Amino acid sequence: MIEVLYFAWVRERIGLPRERVETRAATVADLVAELSAREERYALAFADLAALRVALDQELASFDAPLAGVREVAFFPPMTGG
Amino acid sequence: MRVQVQSAPFDLGAETAAFAAAVPGAGAVVTFTGLVRDNSGRLSAMEIEHYPGMTEKAISAIAAEAVTRWSLTDALVIHRHGRLAAGEAIMMVATAAPHRGDAFAAAEFLMDYLKSRAPFWKKEIGADGVEWVAARDEDEVALKRW
Repeated sequence: MIEVLYFAWVRERIGLPRERVETRAATVADLVAELSAREERYALAFADLAALRVALDQELASFDAPLAGVREVAFFPPMTGG
Repeated sequence: MRVQVQSAPFDLGAETAAFAAAVPGAGAVVTFTGLVRDNSGRLSAMEIEHYPGMTEKAISAIAAEAVTRWSLTDALVIHRHGRLAAGEAIMMVATAAPHRGDAFAAAEFLMDYLKSRAPFWKKEIGADGVEWVAARDEDEVALKRW
């Protein structure tokens, strides 16, 4: 089980802030493919990966990063702090 | 080094005075404050979302790097989240160092990194609708100079 979090417009498009996901995905990209295959709203949220960022256990990561041992995955648009 | 993520407003003057009073050996204190900007005159509020847990960690890592790189005496970052009105202070950084060059450079470094590496997302709520603020390419380019 992995805790998956969504922020900003990703959260709005998918319609929820977080969920627990049963997955055997090996990488972030595999998880994205699994989620996108679920429903249209996921496919829409993940349509353009260049417009998304991912964090694994609260550290920025890349979409080809492995998920082994990861407890929390977060998807969000590029950050706009400051 | 102090990092504070909060929804409440902060007192810029009091924070700056307290910071400057507790940096023995420093000869320079630089502060920067970011305000909610109303470009069109039609902004009713700005909503700032963040990632609790990661936000504090990411800012602390950025601040720790600034302290090491410029041998700062101390650093302070306060960043707000939630609903803010135009003109309100969103965040501040303060840096203290023996000389001003390091304090200025570290403050700029902190701002560049907070802008695109701290997990905050701004949404403008205006008379014409609601819009997520897009990250700017220049902000990503700004990181390359460090």
